[in-house]
Amino acid sequence: MIVSALFFYLFASVCIASAVMVVASRNPVHSVLFLILAFVNASGLFILMGAEFLAMILVVVYVGAVAVLFLFVVMMLDVDFAELRTGVLQYLPIGALVGLVFLAELLFVVGAWAIGPTVADAIASPIPPFYTVTNTEALGHVLYTRYIYFFQAAGLILLVAMIGAIVLTLRHKPNVKRQDVSQQVARTREDAIEVVKVKSGQGLS
Amino acid sequence: MLEFWTDYVWPVLVVLAQSVFLLVVLLIAVAYIIYADRKIWAAVQIRRGPNVVGPWGILQSFADLLKFVLKEPVIPAGANKGIFLLAPFVTCVLALAAWAVIPVSEEWVIANINVGILYIFAISSLGVYGIIMAGWASNSKYPFLAALRSAAQMVSYEVSIGFVIITVLLCVGSLNLSEIVETQDRGYGMFGWFWLPLFPMFVIFFVSALAETNRPPFDLVEAESELVAGFMVEYGSTPYLMLMLGEYTAISTMCALATIMFLGGWLPPFPVPPFTWVPGVIWFVLKCLFMFFLFAMAKAIVPRYRYDQLMRLGWKVFLPVSMAMVAIVAGVLQYAGLAPR
Repeated sequence: MIVSALFFYLFASVCIASAVMVVASRNPVHSVLFLILAFVNASGLFILMGAEFLAMILVVVYVGAVAVLFLFVVMMLDVDFAELRTGVLQYLPIGALVGLVFLAELLFVVGAWAIGPTVADAIASPIPPFYTVTNTEALGHVLYTRYIYFFQAAGLILLVAMIGAIVLTLRHKPNVKRQDVSQQVARTREDAIEVVKVKSGQGLS
Repeated sequence: MLEFWTDYVWPVLVVLAQSVFLLVVLLIAVAYIIYADRKIWAAVQIRRGPNVVGPWGILQSFADLLKFVLKEPVIPAGANKGIFLLAPFVTCVLALAAWAVIPVSEEWVIANINVGILYIFAISSLGVYGIIMAGWASNSKYPFLAALRSAAQMVSYEVSIGFVIITVLLCVGSLNLSEIVETQDRGYGMFGWFWLPLFPMFVIFFVSALAETNRPPFDLVEAESELVAGFMVEYGSTPYLMLMLGEYTAISTMCALATIMFLGGWLPPFPVPPFTWVPGVIWFVLKCLFMFFLFAMAKAIVPRYRYDQLMRLGWKVFLPVSMAMVAIVAGVLQYAGLAPR
């Protein structure tokens, strides 16, 4: 047990330190890289709790896709960030307030867990004991039976968001030459080649 | 104290020894697949390829290694020094880390974890960071263009690789790599492996693996006719060596993944005596080499794609086809009663 405790403190401290560096570092690209480090350490914490599926999904989705796009955008930005950061301390009260709200909500959630005697059972009941099935299976059982409508609703929301993003960015340019691959493939020799006999000295008119 | 020794120290030592052994074998294997790549490429073009260092040039890769290590590393003045040097390490370490979960034979695996295939998928999706970091930190135009290309390209093809993995998982009912191989052991040898029932997905996986590892015909990240050497322009000596090592290790990982998912891993092609006497690891290596031969032939034969065609292939061809295949495979398994459990 002492080894897992050591790893917990390692992951947790690196996670918090890199989260601080996300805010504190001067170069925005460094910020994104520290964000990635924080994600990876959070997935390490998931593994320590036995939630291996969530850990891998965290890496695949957040680190492998979302953070790549962050990095992509941040690298392309040409903003003087040193100038942007002057007077950053005046946002400190707002940040502290948001942090305080988060902390209070977390305490309420965990508190409800401890106070309400039935809550723990209600959370645990749809999941079979973890030593009989892997947690991928357990999540699948819960998501596709008990919470199927919520799951589908979440999917629909993402779909709407995606369509919205496409609608916002799609521009039809009238004078762009587009390539139609099926038309190109359907071209035969007869359409494409014309054999011409050219008499010498005359050329093609 | 004895408990501490048997519970913690000894298992760690065993895993450490296994890892070092696997790494050494893997690095030597990578040295020889680079040699094989060059030889195959040369043979297709009726050249000789490397033939000077050692008999038939078989020590060429080691001579190259020595050359790179002895050269002076140059860091451009405008480069972001920390990230510039971090990028090769990230590429190399991530590529090597994927091999921790790959079963090379029955029970021959360092970490037989439940979510093995997701682990490999996660690690290979991190491979893009090495390239983006290298491209950005070089503070130069061509590497930066290459980094932008790679970000779009590798994220696009991950999507179709994900769907291919899902179809295989539907047929297996487990995320464990060893169980994926064992499910393909149906008593009629190579005709029970997944390449036959899931042949379209095998093709999609092969092409997506080429794009994911930036191999020709999808090597737009290092297209020498447009971008000089892509994201590696500013690199030299040992950092360059590590980038190349990471690239070829990622290729070997993809070959191993194709072998496990579609070619039956360590299983013999025919389940009858002369074939079953051969140890599983040899079949595994032979199948990986076959996959690598396909990679090398694709490099030698197919001309490079244009960038918009690459994106079209990923999003307009592979994505719909693989999504349809997920639905079809799931439907067939459900209605034919073949679904696992």
